[in-house]
Amino acid sequence: MRGDPAGMRVLQPRTIEEALDAFARRPSAVPLAGGTDFMVAWNAGGENGRVILDLSAITSWKRVRVSGRGLRIGALTTHWQLQHEASVKKHLPLLAEACATIGGRQIQTRGTLGGNIANASPAGDTFPPLAVYDAKVRLRSASGRRTLPFIEVFEGVKKTSLGAGELIESIDVDAPRKPTRQLFRKVGTRAASAISKTVAAGLLWTRPDGAIRELRFALGSMAPTVKRLRAVEAFVAGKKPTGEVVEEAAALLEEDVSPIDDFRSTRFYRLEVSRNLLRAFLK
Amino acid sequence: MSSVGESSRRKEGPEKLTGVAKYVDDYHLPNCLQGVTLRSSIARGVIKEIRFDPSYDWDSVVVATAKDIPGENYVYLIEVDQPLLVDREVHHAEEPILVLGHKDRAKAYEALSHIEVEYEPWDPVLTMEEALVGKRILYGDDNVFKRFEISKGDVEQGFKDADVIVSKEYRVPHQEQAYLENNGMAAWEEDDGTLVLMGSIQCPFYVHKAMLPLFAREPEKVRVIQATTGGGFGGKEEYPNMIAGHAALLALKAKRPVKMIYDRHEDMRATTKRHPARVRHRTGVTKDGALVAQDIDVLMDGGAYVTLSPVVLSRGILHASGPYECPNVRIVGRVIATNTPPNGAFRGFGAPQTLFAAELQMEAIASRLKMDPVSLRQTNLFRIGSITATGQTLRESVGAENVLDRVLSRSKFRQKKSQHARWNGSKTKPTWRGIGLATVFHGDGFTGSGEVFLRSRAGIELVHDGTLRIDAASTEIGQGTTSILAQIVADALDVPYDWIDVETPDTSKVPNSGPTVASRTCMVVGGLLHKAAKKLKKALVQAGANWPLTREALATSAARACGKKRSIDFVEQYRKPGDVTWDEETYRGDAYGVYSYAAMVVDLEIDKTTYEVTVRDVITAQDVGKAINPLLVEGQIIGGTAQALGYALLENTVVDDRGVMQNAQLTNYIIPTALDMPTMDVTIVEEPYSKGPFGAKGVGELPMDIPAPAVAAAIYDATGLFMAELPILPERLCQALHDSAQS
Ligand SMILES: Cc1cc2nc3c(=O)[nH]c(=O)nc-3n(C[C@H](O)[C@H](O)[C@H](O)COP(=O)(O)OP(=O)(O)OC[C@H]3O[C@@H](n4cnc5c(N)ncnc54)[C@H](O)[C@@H]3O)c2cc1C
Repeated sequence: MRGDPAGMRVLQPRTIEEALDAFARRPSAVPLAGGTDFMVAWNAGGENGRVILDLSAITSWKRVRVSGRGLRIGALTTHWQLQHEASVKKHLPLLAEACATIGGRQIQTRGTLGGNIANASPAGDTFPPLAVYDAKVRLRSASGRRTLPFIEVFEGVKKTSLGAGELIESIDVDAPRKPTRQLFRKVGTRAASAISKTVAAGLLWTRPDGAIRELRFALGSMAPTVKRLRAVEAFVAGKKPTGEVVEEAAALLEEDVSPIDDFRSTRFYRLEVSRNLLRAFLK
Repeated sequence: MSSVGESSRRKEGPEKLTGVAKYVDDYHLPNCLQGVTLRSSIARGVIKEIRFDPSYDWDSVVVATAKDIPGENYVYLIEVDQPLLVDREVHHAEEPILVLGHKDRAKAYEALSHIEVEYEPWDPVLTMEEALVGKRILYGDDNVFKRFEISKGDVEQGFKDADVIVSKEYRVPHQEQAYLENNGMAAWEEDDGTLVLMGSIQCPFYVHKAMLPLFAREPEKVRVIQATTGGGFGGKEEYPNMIAGHAALLALKAKRPVKMIYDRHEDMRATTKRHPARVRHRTGVTKDGALVAQDIDVLMDGGAYVTLSPVVLSRGILHASGPYECPNVRIVGRVIATNTPPNGAFRGFGAPQTLFAAELQMEAIASRLKMDPVSLRQTNLFRIGSITATGQTLRESVGAENVLDRVLSRSKFRQKKSQHARWNGSKTKPTWRGIGLATVFHGDGFTGSGEVFLRSRAGIELVHDGTLRIDAASTEIGQGTTSILAQIVADALDVPYDWIDVETPDTSKVPNSGPTVASRTCMVVGGLLHKAAKKLKKALVQAGANWPLTREALATSAARACGKKRSIDFVEQYRKPGDVTWDEETYRGDAYGVYSYAAMVVDLEIDKTTYEVTVRDVITAQDVGKAINPLLVEGQIIGGTAQALGYALLENTVVDDRGVMQNAQLTNYIIPTALDMPTMDVTIVEEPYSKGPFGAKGVGELPMDIPAPAVAAAIYDATGLFMAELPILPERLCQALHDSAQS
């Protein structure tokens, strides 16, 4: 343990307003949600001396609100809640599936969706579903609110476009019309507590004649941030998924991603498997 | 009243379950400092200067360097080449340079960042191949720490008699022990000048012996106590000598207790791992599958210091020809010096490396001969009267054929194989399925004359109030030592298991029953206690005890037997069985008193989309002589299988350009979780050994030897890919499939 408990300062706001004020005054503070990412860094000594802004009192951010087809997921909702929440299972099943693959049960019951996003790991498993659902992220600070398209929250590895004193308040998603096919697949090579080597989410709508009306496909762990496969999506729109079309689509996958060799996997493997996932989904 | 053969409740189970058990970091030591280690950032070179940041407040920090060592600066093991702290020359990255203590652990780490070391870096040698080229000499005149050769019959003649010759090369990687509790040690000096070490250890007397030259002390002035230990797997066999030296050095300098508790990152980067190896086989067989020549070359990477490498190599080569009889055998083994963190003991101790190669070689041979791999094994398998590579005649307790028969019938091996062939014939199926087999043996106890040199002693104390206490240095590291020793003693005395206490391994209280390693505790130490118990029983009989014995009657006869003394000790010392002979010079004779045997069938499936391997079923039969506690034996088999499935499929030590583990976290060094475990069908086979207590042999390491080759055989069955290098990662399968499609 390299974290220093003696030197730890924790701010414990009781309301949203107190939290936003405190954060405005100390923009260098670290917001603390479930702590599952934070504690890893703390244990390594990486957070010593930082002031901590404990968000646990903001209970109104721990819920999912439904109005019509719109879901507003509070940033402090846990992965465990999201797997079991009826509205999420019904309207955003890929997100529910993703949350069920995060860490193990202990991590799922503490880790939050807001924390997953703010942490901005390239391997965040909820990201591909949120990307294909065209989610929006509502940010809040003492000076007001703004909303960003989900993909635009990420600026790089562990980098977000959140401004000083800004917190994620909710993730807003409109349930899509019923897809013909959908996919979530995490490839992490062990049954629990695995970091994705590649992680995919897909939604597909076909026309009565079998041609593809719309494809949305996103990959995580394949670039510094989550990526929608724009080139593939545009290419297949209006086409029937013949063997040739599928192969051409698979070849286009590389246009939008830039996987690397690292100690978790290889570029070659990540590409091959991602192409296989896309092929299997389109066929 | 019988306890042996029952799954008696673990002695230490309730304490661990309820959190009462204390691990070293749980002890409150008044006025204690937390010790941390400054390690070299380069793999090879010379330290020119160590600079302490003048703007940092060093008052609350105690620093100890090599200059503070009162005795000799080496960590005693087979050789004395490894310093406790680097004085001048660095031989591997992460090598300890100095230790410092602060009462606050985070502050101690912070202080480390205020020390700067200036080096003159030299070009390191990071691989075995590079070391063998000999451009840079690290050890001796050829970078070979140790070379052994085993020779039987006439290999060249054997190859002339062969119809077919099969040559293959195999590679196995580092493996991390990944015990639950990291290495940790506490040290302090008592008022009477006794240096006390307490920690997470397998071998209290190894630590004891290592402290004497370092601190120039008499044996009575050093005391080593085992704290509750969260797993060892060999990782706490020799490394604790190092961390104990560091803790003691700081404690003596600071004149305060010191705790050194590694975090996972440091433990994985700096402490010992399984030796990586390259094994080459050239095998001659007749066309009906009889082995006629085995020529085997074993190369192991020892790392920067000798540590236990010679004995790891020795066990490695003694298992390299597999559980098969062949008239002509040559095995050459070398362990090589490199500038990487030293490798050391790990469950199996060289055998998993060479048995992977030996068993997969059988698959290669079967495939060349177009012969069923089962028949090939059955043709050559050890049986009573077989003669091993060292010329040992197997006289008793040979369960090889028995275990193989059991797994074949329980797994429906042949039926499954043809079902899988049909499944794989269909292009539309999402997976490939395969089934694979392996058979192995494992020598129990120390190699050759090892047990003779150890001269282990263990005893039972009969206290006048009727307390019966086992005194042994054999440690409980999660495997069940205390329980099985108590079961053996209880049965020999014909008293209930609950009546037997077990003393904490503490060098000031127990005799030296040797290290807790080498699958020796049950067979060797259990055997000594069995004898001691018989003598104790005789003494009770003489004191008037009758069976069935009551507690009162025990107390009465104990008081009578003790007379004026508080207690009497019944201590036994190991004696070599008369018919066992071994020649260390020629490597001929009885390499081990007896062997355990195992067979395993692995049934698995490979995802065609992700190349991920899912092991569905493991069917195994293991001959352990006698299961003193069947549940614990099953636990060893299941746990060992898990560890070996990790070795086979997941565990990949990625090393950087300084030879240091890059993925030194459990997040990125992937060991299997409970959810990854297949269903397991375990059959315990008991071919009794006349010299083991109640017929018992060993089981600790055997399960580690066998899963990897069975997995590789199943993958071969599923895909036709002969994966001769571990771990068989999805990345490697993906690449291999790609390459085979190209060619
Ligand atoms: C063993 C283990 C396994 C894991 N497995 C996975 C996995 O499989 N997949 C995966 O994607 N992740 C995994 N993680 C990472 C982690 O659990 C998730 O990212 C989780 O969702 C983080 O949520 P949290 O609430 O715990 O975040 P915290 O640790 O509390 O916070 C994370 C970061 O986000 C910031 N933050 C938190 N909430 C807000 C907010 N509302 N507004 C602004 N900033 C905020 C914090 O300041 C911090 O920088 C794993 C972690 C561990 C330790």
